Amino acid sequence: MFFDSFSSFIQMGNHGIYVWLCYGFFAAIVAANFISPMITRHKVIKDLERQMRREQK
Amino acid sequence: MWQALSRLYYKLGSPKWFYEISGRWMPWFLIIGSVLMVLGIVWGLAFAPADYLQGNSFRIIYIHVPAAMLSQSAYIIMAVAGLVGLVWKMKMSFIVAKVIAPIGASVAIIALVTGAIWGKPTWGTYWVWDARLTSMLILMFLYFGVIAIHNAIESEEMANKAAAVLAIVGSINIPIIKYSVEWWNTLHQPATITLTNKPTMVPEMFIPLVLTIIGFYCWFGFWVFARTRNEILLREHRTNWVKKLLISKVTANDSIVGDPETNNRAGE
Repeated sequence: MFFDSFSSFIQMGNHGIYVWLCYGFFAAIVAANFISPMITRHKVIKDLERQMRREQK
Repeated sequence: MWQALSRLYYKLGSPKWFYEISGRWMPWFLIIGSVLMVLGIVWGLAFAPADYLQGNSFRIIYIHVPAAMLSQSAYIIMAVAGLVGLVWKMKMSFIVAKVIAPIGASVAIIALVTGAIWGKPTWGTYWVWDARLTSMLILMFLYFGVIAIHNAIESEEMANKAAAVLAIVGSINIPIIKYSVEWWNTLHQPATITLTNKPTMVPEMFIPLVLTIIGFYCWFGFWVFARTRNEILLREHRTNWVKKLLISKVTANDSIVGDPETNNRAGE
């Protein structure tokens, strides 16, 4: 470990705000990229199943 | 040789084949990508030594550089896929080109935002209108342009063609981004890693960067597969194999990212 304590890891020698802001933004965009196609898949499958059931009747 | 190539071409052009093979590959892209990203980020954030000049702010490199590289690679893939679609009328190719646009845009935004935040402690400013930063901004707008074309043009065939032409014409921007730090005076530093020269960083800094770069590319593959599969389901829903798939989904689960549909069903 490069840092000698957890608080110095968070502070990063006064650069903490920049580093953590970057990683936070990165995490948000990455999460959106994972979640968005999952939601679409859920919706597409639901719609197609409903459509199939309607056609069977 | 030619036979093998043409067989591959027909397979790649088949939505059913793409759907099956991507379903098999996706878990690997997710697992390998996640392991590499976690390793690289933990190493880069907590264990790599601080830069003698920039201090700890240099740790932003472990997301900034992978994002900047991927945003350009993704653009090239999108342009090539568009070209293949135009020349050989390959439908799958247009689908891939379409789904890359929003992913590429989000990755370009990561590169721009992390770069701006990094600029403040390093250069004293969030933004300068120099060649590297401006050409990256143009890259982001090119992605937005492709997305806008797909949203604005109702005819899918027309939208695919127009988006492909924009992507191909816009690819002139890629060499401009790459060589901008050499052709013009800029605040931005030249490339840290090149394929031809030895890295200018010590291994403790360099290895985690390689890990996050490879990991990010794996995630990109996962995202492209996930979105392409959705498009395939939508377009091919009249075919027998999709109908069979939907029926079998009621009993079995073919999704690897946890399928909310079957989960709901279990609770009903």
